[in-house]
Amino acid sequence: MHAQPPTSATPRLAVQDLHAWYGKSHILHGITLQVGAGEIVSLIGRNGVGRSTTLKAIMGMVDAQGSVQFQGQEMLGRKIFEIAHQGLGYVPENRDIFASLTVRQNLLLGEKSAATPHQHAALHAPWQTEEMFDLFPRLRERAETLAGVLSGGEQQMLTLCRTLMGNPTLVMIDEPTEGLAPKIVEQVARLLEAIRARGVSILLVEQKLAIALDISARLYVMGHGRIVFEGTPAQVRNNAAMRKEWLEV
Amino acid sequence: MEFFLVQLFNGVSYGLLLFMLSSGLTLVFSLMGVLNFAHASFYMLGAYFAFQISTWTGFWAGLVVAPLLVGALGMLVERVGLRRVHAHGHVAELLFTFGLAYLIEEAVHLIWGRAALPYHVPAALDGPLFQIADSPYPMYRVFMMLISVSMLVAVWLTLTRTRIGLVIQAALTHPDTVQALGHNVPRIFMLVFGGGAALAGLAGVIGGAAFVTDPSMAIAVGPIVFVIVVVGGMGSLAGAFFASLLIGCLQTFSVSLDWTLAGLLTTLGFSMGPDTPLWSVWSIKLSQAAPVLPYLIMVLMLIFRPRGLMGTRDE
Repeated sequence: MHAQPPTSATPRLAVQDLHAWYGKSHILHGITLQVGAGEIVSLIGRNGVGRSTTLKAIMGMVDAQGSVQFQGQEMLGRKIFEIAHQGLGYVPENRDIFASLTVRQNLLLGEKSAATPHQHAALHAPWQTEEMFDLFPRLRERAETLAGVLSGGEQQMLTLCRTLMGNPTLVMIDEPTEGLAPKIVEQVARLLEAIRARGVSILLVEQKLAIALDISARLYVMGHGRIVFEGTPAQVRNNAAMRKEWLEV
Repeated sequence: MEFFLVQLFNGVSYGLLLFMLSSGLTLVFSLMGVLNFAHASFYMLGAYFAFQISTWTGFWAGLVVAPLLVGALGMLVERVGLRRVHAHGHVAELLFTFGLAYLIEEAVHLIWGRAALPYHVPAALDGPLFQIADSPYPMYRVFMMLISVSMLVAVWLTLTRTRIGLVIQAALTHPDTVQALGHNVPRIFMLVFGGGAALAGLAGVIGGAAFVTDPSMAIAVGPIVFVIVVVGGMGSLAGAFFASLLIGCLQTFSVSLDWTLAGLLTTLGFSMGPDTPLWSVWSIKLSQAAPVLPYLIMVLMLIFRPRGLMGTRDE
């Protein structure tokens, strides 16, 4: 396993023939996908098709086989925290905020104790707590509040900001808009675009098709643990048969 | 009143010592889901290591070095033993610590023998510090309290004021999320296990000199510490603190009281004597029943409030 410097032609994340298991259940059947530098890519599909498992497998949280190349290095077989240190960020679906800690302490834990300098090269500058507060003034107001009492939307913002504090070059976000009011959903979409504008790539799992089509450069549609369609937002919009088969409930 | 105050001081000092033991046990349980049966063995090792060091360099070096040695041993146990067993589930982990307790006890037999060791309170701390009414109160008991309290404050500050403390708190509930943020959670587990062992070792260093240092000291205190963790509530540090003080005072007071049920009933106007049916039950002194009382409290707690005083776990 030799590290190769990423070039502009090398995608930031290249997943090849990824299989994953929960115990004896075979969940992912050969996922292949790529995310380029500064690109928002969405993974869409019905519930239970393996979108969240794909993110977890990339992050080293479930048993997996295949290949996960991140910035030219193989991630499969590494420990979760080692993968995080390579610059891969993960925002879990269930908003795992640390309820007994304050908002500020949650953000503090997002910072990595020993950041590797090369991973910051792709970014303009490391994220600062104050920037997070500028993006979400509500979090500044509640900086010293226990995170457990925040509203669902605020918790979602906090989880996202906490991961950004580790300065990932690619962040995987699982269902950021689930259960949020439409106004907040719109805010989250604008935030994702702001993150992308900083050169951070995003692999997004999203249930709301409109949001995914609005902000993504490309989309992968999943069905039965496989990628069943890949295309631009326009291609997804124009393919009613595919949407009917794989997306509509 | 004088008796009450002296016993209260004794109870609190013993309770604080118990908390040094139970805090490590409950932290390890919360973080790793492992009920460490060998925890009291680390307490015993603290006393034995301190005795050995005290024969070379005196009590004070033992006070510092013995807990560090026990802590290092704890980290080694986690790193080369428990971490590998972890993959096979909690039952395997429980059996591992159970076996480890036996191994440590036998090792102590082999190295130091079966008799109690002449490990005593150092001369500088021997003797009374102050008088409660007419009773002199021993300096060493106060020293025990000081060490316990300062250690507990240090643990509390570490957990609430330092970055690693925050990581530990977060890892208690969300280990995978904490790892995904780039924190080496397996190393945190090792440090907490080692820290818990070091605290137990420190309790052994000061408890061994105050009470007795022999190979049965782990068996004597181990079950009491489990009672505290259950009564306080699995995984609750604050619960363990109150339960430690409760059990410490209960044990201290009950061994020195000759109260009987017969006496209580006689005071209430009943006529009781050796001819009364079940006289052997009515005439049991509180001091005779003292060793059973903590377990009685645990059984009552499990029946009426299974999650303990301040526990949050439902399982």
